[in-house]
Amino acid sequence: MDKDAPRNHHDLGGISKFMCEAVDTTPHTLTDFDKQVDAVRGILGAKGIMTVDELRRGIESIPEAEYHRLSYYRRWVRSMTSILLQKGVITETELRAALESG
Amino acid sequence: MFAPGTAVRVKNDWPETRGPAHVRTPHYLRGMQGTVVRHLGTFPNPEDLAFARPAPMRALYHVRFAQPAVWQEGRSGDELQVELYEHWLEPA
Repeated sequence: MDKDAPRNHHDLGGISKFMCEAVDTTPHTLTDFDKQVDAVRGILGAKGIMTVDELRRGIESIPEAEYHRLSYYRRWVRSMTSILLQKGVITETELRAALESG
Repeated sequence: MFAPGTAVRVKNDWPETRGPAHVRTPHYLRGMQGTVVRHLGTFPNPEDLAFARPAPMRALYHVRFAQPAVWQEGRSGDELQVELYEHWLEPA
């Protein structure tokens, strides 16, 4: 039974709609993308720019529909981007220019 | 500090409704009564670390709950054990 609570969407322990899905426990290989994202996270941590605690908060802040659509490491990228924008480490303009230059 | 065996109640508080928040206390335990099992150590408050704010040290406990009361399912004697920070607990 689900409590009618003002919980955040990631706080999904005991929520019935997530209790009937089998968990895929098959070992899987990390992609190059996954490894690059992990490396960037490591650099941001080593340089003291952002912590894993902030990363987690940023992941939890992803809107619900997007959160469930994104892969594990895409959530990381989404979180790192919004935290870096919030802290003023990068600007929207710089981000757009970098994305357009491919 | 809470000694093992102390009856405690989880605060029925919802920081999520007051703006951006990072909370480690599961929604299904707010307002529930449990029993302190053990003190696990003292750590910087993750609710502050999540926003890169200065984080005061907080005691962390294993707290045990009767499962049927939490999820209205399971048999008598089924239990649920969760890590909770001291500032979420008050004497029951």
